[in-house]
Amino acid sequence: MTDRHTVRSYDEDLKGLTATILEMGALAESQFARAAKAMATRDTALAREVIEGDARVDALERDVNERSIRLLALRQPMADDLRYIISGFKISADLERIGDYAANLGKRVLVLDRLPETPLVRELEPMADMALVMLRDTLQAYRDRDIDRAMDAWNQDEPLDDLYDVVVKKMSGVMMEDPSLIGACAHLMFIARNIERIGDHATNIAENIYFFISGLPLRMVHPKPAPTTVETDTPDGPETE
Amino acid sequence: MIDQSFHYEGVTGHPRLPGRDIKFSINDVNVYYGPKHALKNVGLDIASREVTAFIGPSGCGKSTFLRSLNRMNDLIDGCRVEGQVLIEGEDIYAPEVDVVELRARVGMVFQKPNPFPKSIYENVAYGPRIHGIARSRDELDGIVQSSLERAGLWKEVRDRLDAPGTGLSGGQQQRLCIARAIAVSPEVILMDEPCSALDPIATAKVEELIDELSGNYTIIIVTHSMQQAARVSQRTAFFHLGYLIECEQTDVIFMNPQHPLTQGYITGRFG
Amino acid sequence: MPRNITDIVRAGLKKRYRAEARFRLYGITAILAALVLLFTLFVTIVSQGASAFVATELTLSVPVTAAVVDPEGTRAEATLSGANYRKLVLDALDAQFPDVQDRIERRKLHAIVSDGATYDLREKVMANPALIGTTVTLTTPVASDFDMLAKGQVDVSQPESLRRLNDRQIGWFNTLKERGLVSFGLDRNLFVNADSRQPELAGIFGALMGSLYTLLVTLALSFPMGVAAAVYLEEYAPRNRLTDIIEVNINNLAAVPSIVFGLLGLAIFLGFFGLPRSAPLVGGLVLSLMTLPTIIIAARVALQSVPPSIREAALGIGASKMQTVLHHVLPLALPGIMTGTIIGMARALGETAPLLMIGMVAFIADTPEGILSPSTVLPVQIYIWADSPERAFLERMSAAIIILLTFLVIMNTAAVWLRRKFERKW
Repeated sequence: MTDRHTVRSYDEDLKGLTATILEMGALAESQFARAAKAMATRDTALAREVIEGDARVDALERDVNERSIRLLALRQPMADDLRYIISGFKISADLERIGDYAANLGKRVLVLDRLPETPLVRELEPMADMALVMLRDTLQAYRDRDIDRAMDAWNQDEPLDDLYDVVVKKMSGVMMEDPSLIGACAHLMFIARNIERIGDHATNIAENIYFFISGLPLRMVHPKPAPTTVETDTPDGPETE
Repeated sequence: MIDQSFHYEGVTGHPRLPGRDIKFSINDVNVYYGPKHALKNVGLDIASREVTAFIGPSGCGKSTFLRSLNRMNDLIDGCRVEGQVLIEGEDIYAPEVDVVELRARVGMVFQKPNPFPKSIYENVAYGPRIHGIARSRDELDGIVQSSLERAGLWKEVRDRLDAPGTGLSGGQQQRLCIARAIAVSPEVILMDEPCSALDPIATAKVEELIDELSGNYTIIIVTHSMQQAARVSQRTAFFHLGYLIECEQTDVIFMNPQHPLTQGYITGRFG
Repeated sequence: MPRNITDIVRAGLKKRYRAEARFRLYGITAILAALVLLFTLFVTIVSQGASAFVATELTLSVPVTAAVVDPEGTRAEATLSGANYRKLVLDALDAQFPDVQDRIERRKLHAIVSDGATYDLREKVMANPALIGTTVTLTTPVASDFDMLAKGQVDVSQPESLRRLNDRQIGWFNTLKERGLVSFGLDRNLFVNADSRQPELAGIFGALMGSLYTLLVTLALSFPMGVAAAVYLEEYAPRNRLTDIIEVNINNLAAVPSIVFGLLGLAIFLGFFGLPRSAPLVGGLVLSLMTLPTIIIAARVALQSVPPSIREAALGIGASKMQTVLHHVLPLALPGIMTGTIIGMARALGETAPLLMIGMVAFIADTPEGILSPSTVLPVQIYIWADSPERAFLERMSAAIIILLTFLVIMNTAAVWLRRKFERKW
């Protein structure tokens, strides 16, 4: 019994897939981190960099898709290999969405820059920090195939959602009190939602990690409803400017 | 990470199928070839009217086990079978059991298509004839036709029933052998790597046939092709070094096997 | 610098091709040598034996006088059979040479006519008694010494005292020749007679029938026994020490010198069971012992060559062991078994030594009528004739060899043909 496949080039292919997904994960994480930083510091140059950087994430996703399909067609993977490749395929889709949300965040930073500065931005920073920790944990769990760390990350989704609810309530209150802030707040609410969605995608990734390691869907282990969000789930909604 | 340390002593579980219609119930079967211990404490249930696949590396005992289900091992000098093989509760190794009757109930299809060097008709008619199943020539004709039809070969050979069976293509020969086996209306058909000598198209036809037959017969197939086991079977048993390592529903075996050896074998990370 | 592999290979090529050519040459030489020897054998035998198929015949007009044959005119069979036909033939010969009156001279003249002439005339008259009173034209073989003379095998230049024929006899014969009474025809006696003291009357038919009866007995005993033994050993017997011993001993039996089987037959069949000497039954029994191992071995090989998949196929649908063997295995093995049997039979046909031991070497002038009549067989007949002093018997021997070889070639060809025809590819 060994960890290696009898056909060694199969291992090479799997390693290539892992490396591409890890690269994609690192890039998505850095996109999100830089977008959050641009938001906090009103750094439009950094925001533009993030927006431009999204193309690279998309390219990596295409790369992952090609590698996965090739592996499925040529190696006919079974059992944990099959689960790993299918999970990688799905994880790359989540990462691509995370990249999109980061780019969207960048765009909103550019819009906010044209609006008067408001201290309400500070309300979003803990959320962003929390989502970033969650994403980092997830990616580390993926790299190390660490099922416990994946579970930890997955469990962080609930506090993040709670925080999001708090932020939304606060924003709603501010908007009612001071209609002049409605424009900025609307954008900030969208940003909050983007961050919350990034958390959801990180959760998805954690679920996929759990699945490829254990062979079981995570939801079956913890029978509870999927993390709730306030809005209905329309991923394209937040991108409207 | 899955624990990869493995002790064979741990593999003593006998997968049972409570509440199912059981054809074979096997208890602690050990098979010896002279001094060689070929099968070790194998026990499992095999359900009626579904396809069970045996997989495992060469020399793992899967063919030996298959052949102990219709006592084809009796033919091998120095082969000894211990334990119980119950077919519908009846021990096939009991002294009062007649091997000829058993083999009429448990038919077999072999690795290499082996039609008799006789006509297609005679190949199929042979079994019913020796068992005296058909009372008249018309009845025999009917059995031959229906067997060939069920084997999906009737349309291809109806015009040349008198042609030698050995003149057919490899895939047709194998389907002829299946027709020959079902002509005696067995309850079980054992198949020992039935497609290993066939090209992919012929293989697909035989697999389609297996699928079709599984509604009426209990089919047990030994195969070297994991994909084939995945395609045709409802349950899969994995053997290694004479032990039954794991027996589960086929989708579970191929998506989420529990034993590291099974995992290693089906993913190609073996030895 | 390492040399290019292609160069190394190329450098050695010539040597390899030369070795290959030499190797082929050895094989061709061996085959040619065998062919030359075979050719020599055939040429020798055919040149010596071919003339035996031709007989020198004398044509005489023999008046069949009623006074000699049937003085009372009863036409009774006993009378006709016992009549002095020899006198009639000799009178006809005397008529050709009226000047030879001296009794001793006459006897020398009468030596031209073989005893066969008498038998021929009797046969003719008895077949058609209406011939009595007429003159019959009788064409009959001359005595073997004159036959040799006619075929140029007598050295006339030798001194008279060293020859079996004197100058007068040669003169008379030449006279007959000049009168157109001497001719050559197919030697009927060779094919229809049994052995005889007179070479010109000796035939191989008796030996041929003896061989036929002997082989029938051999076949009837050794084929079923051999096949049954082989089927049991191959299909039923477990592999253990006992069957190993049996197998070794069957192989040993096949290697036992055939004369030993003859001694065994002498001791058991003649000595213990008191079966008649010289009988094809005993010969067949002895040859069965000798052929049995050959057939068992051939049959086992043939059974082994039937692929196990056929047995599995039959057993797999519930055929019993016997049904499997009788319906599938044996029919497939049969061509091989028959080939082995024919080869065994051919060997039995050519066997001499064991038959000498059981008395089949006796002089037997009658064609055997069954497996209990005394008889001899072809190879023993050859042996007997080879031992005879007369030049004419040696000629007969060569003819018999040709006939024997012809049978052997036919049998072997049949074996090859069977194998070709039923050869199967699985």
